[in-house]
Amino acid sequence: MYFLWSQVARELQKFDWSDLMETEKQEFTITAYTENHVGLLHRITIIFTKRKINIESLTTSESETEGIHRFTIAVTETEEQVIKVVKQIEKQVEVLKADYYTKKEVVQQELALYKISTKSLTNGLEVERIVREHNARFLTIEKHFVVIEKSGYRRETKALFDELKPFGINEFVRSGRIAVSRERDGIGKDVERMLAGTEA
Amino acid sequence: MESLAATSTKQKKPKAKKEILSGADAVIRILQEENVETIFGYPGGAIMPVYDAMYDHGDTIDHILARHEQGAIHAAQGYARASGKVGVCLATSGPGATNLITGIADAQIDSTPLVCITGQVPSALLGSDAFQECDVLGISMPVTKWNFQITRAEEIPTALAKAFYLARSGRPGPVVIDITKDAQFEKFDFKYEKCTSIRSYVPKPKLNHAKVAEAAELINNAERPYILFGQGVILANAEKEFKQFIEKTGIPSAWTIMGLSALETDHPLNVGMLGMHGNYGPNLLTNECDVLIAIGMRFDDRVTGNLSKYAKQAKVIHLEIDPSEIDKNVPADIPVLGDAKESLTELIKLVNPNSHEKWLQRFRDCDKLEWEKVIEEELYPTTDILSMGEVIRIINEKTNDDHILVTDVGQHQMVACRYTKFSRSKSNITSGGLGTMGFGLPAGIGAALGAPDRTVVAVVGDGGLQMTLQELATIYQTKAKLKVLLLNNEFLGMVRQWQQLFFEKRYSSTELINPDFQQLAKGFYIPTAKVTERENLEKAIEEFINYDGAYFLEVMVGKENNVFPMVPSGSGVAEIRLE
Repeated sequence: MYFLWSQVARELQKFDWSDLMETEKQEFTITAYTENHVGLLHRITIIFTKRKINIESLTTSESETEGIHRFTIAVTETEEQVIKVVKQIEKQVEVLKADYYTKKEVVQQELALYKISTKSLTNGLEVERIVREHNARFLTIEKHFVVIEKSGYRRETKALFDELKPFGINEFVRSGRIAVSRERDGIGKDVERMLAGTEA
Repeated sequence: MESLAATSTKQKKPKAKKEILSGADAVIRILQEENVETIFGYPGGAIMPVYDAMYDHGDTIDHILARHEQGAIHAAQGYARASGKVGVCLATSGPGATNLITGIADAQIDSTPLVCITGQVPSALLGSDAFQECDVLGISMPVTKWNFQITRAEEIPTALAKAFYLARSGRPGPVVIDITKDAQFEKFDFKYEKCTSIRSYVPKPKLNHAKVAEAAELINNAERPYILFGQGVILANAEKEFKQFIEKTGIPSAWTIMGLSALETDHPLNVGMLGMHGNYGPNLLTNECDVLIAIGMRFDDRVTGNLSKYAKQAKVIHLEIDPSEIDKNVPADIPVLGDAKESLTELIKLVNPNSHEKWLQRFRDCDKLEWEKVIEEELYPTTDILSMGEVIRIINEKTNDDHILVTDVGQHQMVACRYTKFSRSKSNITSGGLGTMGFGLPAGIGAALGAPDRTVVAVVGDGGLQMTLQELATIYQTKAKLKVLLLNNEFLGMVRQWQQLFFEKRYSSTELINPDFQQLAKGFYIPTAKVTERENLEKAIEEFINYDGAYFLEVMVGKENNVFPMVPSGSGVAEIRLE
């Protein structure tokens, strides 16, 4: 039988590469324990850029172990992709350990600040009631503005935002997600073992 | 910035001896401590102190002056892969450093150990867009295993010790050390200790014996087991163990392009090359084996074709040093993490002696078909037009299958890799992962310097040669005994082949109106010859191989020859076409 290369070419054009990708995305939290080095942040974000994955939030801070830093990265992705990304993160020379968690596997929080004008506070008790109901608090009350602080899940800080909106929000900011795992011994234990030189 | 020393553990106590050196002197001293004999580079403003320090050490360090930093780094890659040592490259800031990037990316994807030292503008000028300033750390980060910027001389010993350790340990790769000019001038109290471990870095995962046992059991019960092996075997120095393993189990084994020469070509269990232009049987029978054993290879898309049609029937065992390669492309039923030498040593103990004669016969049957449809005509053409394959065949004959093959990228690369016969390891140097045109000539120079007792043949096409043509001058200056074989088809052949097959012969920008390569080679004082007729070919190749020194041989081959077999991009491996 005569083989038609042009037919192959046509079939290839029809070929849907997205079929190869799993489509179900969900919220994940990636945690990495690292050295505190210049440039490591860039090295880690490159891994996401390379695969065109959007980082929803990224927080770096100290960890429970002295001298060891911790990255907390929030993404919405397929688990398959997240596993690959975590392995790439852990491959970096200055990363000790990395892991990922679903929503249910972590206790997580975000912090939000809302700046509204002091005037909206003096025009009745409405704002005060909202703040109390949302378990938020006044961080500061100045002559022209007040700052309200609320920590919680995204939907909680968003709910407060929606309620305050009619009063005019001059500034709003929300921190990146921070999270600790629900495991008894998280990867922090692995890091300890690694530092002690007793780990596999 | 925490101190570097804090992150490196288990370093022995420094020697008591005190010595005051400049940063630049320290760099040279460290190269000597790391037994670096040959370095490749190009000077410029921000690296001048290091070049000045080198001036007094010509007896111990041979600096190869390339004609472009890309040439220098490809030469360092060729040197590293032919010698098994770390390749070292020097360049200045800004354009010097950016010209290295292609080679760094190539070394990263092909796991080649390199230490690249770049000069940088003085630390006080960092971030000011100073003359020849470029963010080398940022620009090299996606393509390095590790990189570091030094702004104080006292950081040099620890950073360079880490650089050499990281480049060569675990899965090897390129490291960039960027040194500001003031740090090169600065004097400090020098002491040097080699790095042997870094607390956050695991070069070799510890072997899981339970996984080895599981793998052995699967292998022992397999009816049609099949081995795919890659450069991991060479990088782990596991050639001997690999051969013992396949000989004990009798399993047919196919190499990836990076695995070429890890086993001799003529070994009865070597069934040939994988990949888009690999051999027929190795591709076709991937989808018929029951157990697939991948050793030191990473299931590149050029090897697997369409993943949804790849070895779905097989259980997969993956022996691999890099955890991020497990399940990256092909899910492994039994991952065996670890160094190939250690894994194979343990595996050999647990596998039963076996043979798979009937299964092996399937590969031989495929070989016979491929010989009839493709190979015979390629190696012994019946037309007057010269083929690339016949040139490679005669080279094999004249070197008794014992030369180092260096290639550029394109049709000639596929033909040379398909038909060159290998009899010992580290004899294939090619740009596998990145597919860097322009790689061949400079990598050949590095290989000739890294393996001075071997015959090194750089096979290049007329396209790729013109990307790093200037390095012919490096051959003349260094007297590297490199044989440059130009297979000239006056086309960018591989692209033209795709245009013919997939783009209705619309030859967009692939025909090359070439210069007179003979005059060019002569201009660089390299002995040269050109073959256009078959009757002159054998004699010309004999002269080319036997000449004591560099030689440039140009062979005019068929303009529109194609490389077959071929797995069309996006197709499954079993859809491999012989014509």
